Amino acid sequence: MINFYSTLKISLRALRVNMMRSALTMLGIIIGVAAVITMLAVGKGASNKISEQIATVGSNLIIVIPGSFTSGGIRLGSGSSQNLTVADADAMKQECSSVSTTAPVLNGSSQVVYGNQNWATSVIGTNEGMLDVRDWMLFSGRNFYDQDIRGAAKVCILGQTVVDNLFGNDDPLYKSIRIKKVPFTVIGVLASKGQSFMGQDQDDIIYVPVTTAQRNLFGRHFPGSVRSIMVKAVSTEDLSRAETQIRDLLRQRHRIAANQEDDFSVRNLTQMMQMAEQSSHVMALLLAAIAGVSLMVGGIGIMNIMLVSVTERTREIGIRMAVGAKSWDIRTQFLIEALILSLIGGLAGVLTGVIVAEMLSFLTEWTILISPVSIVMSLGFSGLVGIFFGFYPAYQASLMNPIDALRHE
Amino acid sequence: MALINTQQLEKRYDVGDSVVHALDRVCVQIDPGEFVAVMGPSGSGKSTFMNVIGCLDEPTAGRYFLDGIDVSQMGRNDLAQIRNEKIGFVFQGFHLLARTSALENVEVPLLYSKNHPKDHKNRAREALKLLGLETRQHHQPNQLSGGQQQRVAIARALVNNAPLLLADEPTGNLDTKTSIEIMELFVRLNEEKKITIVLVTHEPDISAYSKRIIRFLDGKIVSDRENQR
Repeated sequence: MINFYSTLKISLRALRVNMMRSALTMLGIIIGVAAVITMLAVGKGASNKISEQIATVGSNLIIVIPGSFTSGGIRLGSGSSQNLTVADADAMKQECSSVSTTAPVLNGSSQVVYGNQNWATSVIGTNEGMLDVRDWMLFSGRNFYDQDIRGAAKVCILGQTVVDNLFGNDDPLYKSIRIKKVPFTVIGVLASKGQSFMGQDQDDIIYVPVTTAQRNLFGRHFPGSVRSIMVKAVSTEDLSRAETQIRDLLRQRHRIAANQEDDFSVRNLTQMMQMAEQSSHVMALLLAAIAGVSLMVGGIGIMNIMLVSVTERTREIGIRMAVGAKSWDIRTQFLIEALILSLIGGLAGVLTGVIVAEMLSFLTEWTILISPVSIVMSLGFSGLVGIFFGFYPAYQASLMNPIDALRHE
Repeated sequence: MALINTQQLEKRYDVGDSVVHALDRVCVQIDPGEFVAVMGPSGSGKSTFMNVIGCLDEPTAGRYFLDGIDVSQMGRNDLAQIRNEKIGFVFQGFHLLARTSALENVEVPLLYSKNHPKDHKNRAREALKLLGLETRQHHQPNQLSGGQQQRVAIARALVNNAPLLLADEPTGNLDTKTSIEIMELFVRLNEEKKITIVLVTHEPDISAYSKRIIRFLDGKIVSDRENQR
């Protein structure tokens, strides 16, 4: 048996002698590995971005909205009925064990004025639970107090976009702004959240107490009614239980008979977004699978060239056998050649993949994420491809008869 | 004890319906230190004889003892090891590895040697020096003349200190002057190093350098006699 170092030297020499051909053979593997790395980086980046956005909307989130309202045979869409109330929100928080916090939402759009600046934004009447529900931090100031809600205080918490547009560089805390000509005192400023995964600016928002919104801004036909209720479940595992509990509680509270339909609907926002995340995951895997196919094709290229090389070097094989090379020695030599081709190709592919992914993210501003796992995996895979596709040619070479091989022209 | 000892050595080939006896019950003994020329017209079986005693081919029947070892029943990997340890080959077409320096060509048998000699390079260099090629170490075969190439091949055959040197028409591709040089080299190796040489040729001028001439015809030995140089 020949030692490994000598075999390595022989293989390297053979590859160097046919530099151009070796490089072209590697190209298949390089493209394959680069494709795997790039696709995984893009796919991972996308699903990561979605995860981040899920976090900005708020975790373990459920939204309860009223059902449809039928007026004279005309059914209005869901959310048109006005049968959800602040009391429903409070009851959920108190009676459903899987619910951690609830926040009613009574929203509208209005022009907001500070000094000589004005800005149209979304104003949401809610309670002190909202920040908790949406996992939202305060940049400065304070959250609503219980008595702000009960006493319908004219106080508000501003999102960053609103602050930027109304105040510029001024400190907005304890300043007075007017919403629909009603003066409100700014008690808090929210930390910036950025865009939602639907592309909305989440910071273009003003929170006011739900009671104040009802009384002074968006009065509705039924006192206490809200547009929706946002609910935070205790944990991700509790999401579906919380959903059931909410449904049971509301049916009871709204006195809905067993054979009647719900007059509200419960949407599990987190689950929806997790589905989006999953689909982007599937997409990433699909891309990687396609890239894997090109890696396979690269492997077939290696096999092709190795077969050509074995035929071309028949006489060399004969000479080596005549002076004492065993089948094993010849097999190892060609296998190592294939392995070197695929591994060097793999390394160059990783490098190319990383460069391409970085360039993509630079040019398109996509989020990319190059995971070390994908690098290790694609390197390992290209090594396997080398062994797998190198074995047959190497085996063919080792079976040669030295006399015939020597006579080969 | 004989270095080469064949008993009723047979090699048959099936060609369609008929059977060709390339070797027909050949019994030969060659002692260490002999210089034997194997002669005969083409198709006489001399090349097959060469391949079998060179352990490149297995006999169909009969036994072959090389240096006291029965090699007629060995598998291909064991034969490879025997070739590596006991036999040095010199071919008509030189059979050097292309695009590989003379030194590295000479090193090849050492790479496949069982006890991985540490001093590959030195041993290869010494073998080249013995053949007067120390200045051509780093030349590749296509940069060497025919005679030089054949001397590299001889260095390769000697590097593992094999007791038997098999030469198959070693001067077939060389001009007369170079042929004489190569043959004188063989005589020197045989006399000074006591290397056993078996040489296949069809040229009487070449066989004249040997001490014993074996003639083949139709797979049989037809004459086996001493030769006076």
